[in-house]
Amino acid sequence: MAEISDSGGGGHKGGKKRAKKQSTRIDMTPMVDLAFLLLTFFVLTSTFSKPKSMELTFPAPPNPNDPKTEIKKGITFLLSKDDRIFYYEGQFRDKPEEGKPATELQELNFSQDGSKSLHKFLLDKNEWIRTEIKKLDDKLQNKQIADTTFKRMAKTIKADKDRAFTYLIKTDDKATYKNVVDLIDELNFNLVGKYVITDIIKPELDLVNAKVN
Amino acid sequence: MSKKPSKGGAPSLDMTPMVDLAFLLVTFFMLTASFRMAEPVTVDPPSSIGQVTLPDNHIMVTIDDIGRVFFGISNTTAKTEALREMGEKYGVKFTDQQIKKFSGLPSIGVDIKDLPRYIDASENERTNFKPQKGVPNDTLNNPQLKDWISFAGKNAVIAYNEAKEKAKEAGQDLKAEKPRYAIKCDGKTKYMLVSGVIKTFTDLKIFQFNLITSLEGAGTVLDTEKKK
Repeated sequence: MAEISDSGGGGHKGGKKRAKKQSTRIDMTPMVDLAFLLLTFFVLTSTFSKPKSMELTFPAPPNPNDPKTEIKKGITFLLSKDDRIFYYEGQFRDKPEEGKPATELQELNFSQDGSKSLHKFLLDKNEWIRTEIKKLDDKLQNKQIADTTFKRMAKTIKADKDRAFTYLIKTDDKATYKNVVDLIDELNFNLVGKYVITDIIKPELDLVNAKVN
Repeated sequence: MSKKPSKGGAPSLDMTPMVDLAFLLVTFFMLTASFRMAEPVTVDPPSSIGQVTLPDNHIMVTIDDIGRVFFGISNTTAKTEALREMGEKYGVKFTDQQIKKFSGLPSIGVDIKDLPRYIDASENERTNFKPQKGVPNDTLNNPQLKDWISFAGKNAVIAYNEAKEKAKEAGQDLKAEKPRYAIKCDGKTKYMLVSGVIKTFTDLKIFQFNLITSLEGAGTVLDTEKKK
């Protein structure tokens, strides 16, 4: 089976067997082919980055015995079909009460600029949070305060009772998940501390329906 | 100047560095690859600035654009245990082989009664499996999703604690994290449908979620201002 090659000229007596000067090069093409095939396979099948996510905490359902908490400074967003978004500030009023007019909905949209831009609206409302946290951040960068202090103080600023708004997000049955995520995203972008997704109430729904239909 | 006539024979090129490089890359990708299993449904999550990476140890509920609910667990031990408990509760028997096969499956979106048939089906049959209506999420009459979540959550925590004990005995720090609940949802899904699933979670006293989003990569307003 295995042939012993005699090309080396085995007849030399006493002399060292010397291989014929032959290039030791092997054809690497198949190996390269294989290597790149595998490479392509792994590049295409591997998932490189883990999915990113947004953390969201829902409030525990309130105990029925607890006193009703009143939100002093609240902005309620109402989402509806066709990416439409409405808001009102403060408490909801069916009819004029205590000298304040009944609630009327203002419209916003998801664009980045324009007079009705949600982005602009929130930037405007939360400018003070931004400036305060920026001050803190500068301190952090200059190593005047520790990381933990920064986190704690930032939390206090965000929870400032007199100035911080609480945002309520409510949707009707036609709003999409994307709208909700976009809205939360804008709130996160503006470092808003308090927002909550809750169920829409009937009078609010009626107002929205009157606007969209 | 005239060109030197090339020598006879095929022009040869030293391929060694190229092969070295190719194999280096192959090795790299082989070691880092985590394989993506074919999910029963493709969803297109909306983008966000969220930077939190999804922990490896998670329980995921996927909702597609027509509101079908799919359920998946990353931890295989918890997965098999949850299947056993589900089988017991709903009176569906699974063979050991089926349980083993199930641990390798990605998320599932069938009724527990159809599950044995679904597990036995081949990969091609599974994609066209009928009825694939999603895991029933009827809190009153057919709370299968709720049961899946509670059994999976319980077993994922048990598995996590066991792994922690083991690591402690070996004198190592456990790298794995506590199981998290993730919701992956298509951007076009009506929010009301998502809210139904969230209600199921909150009924189980689970209030923290990771909403899976695709990356927009801007960060908060501070980062944006810094970039300027």
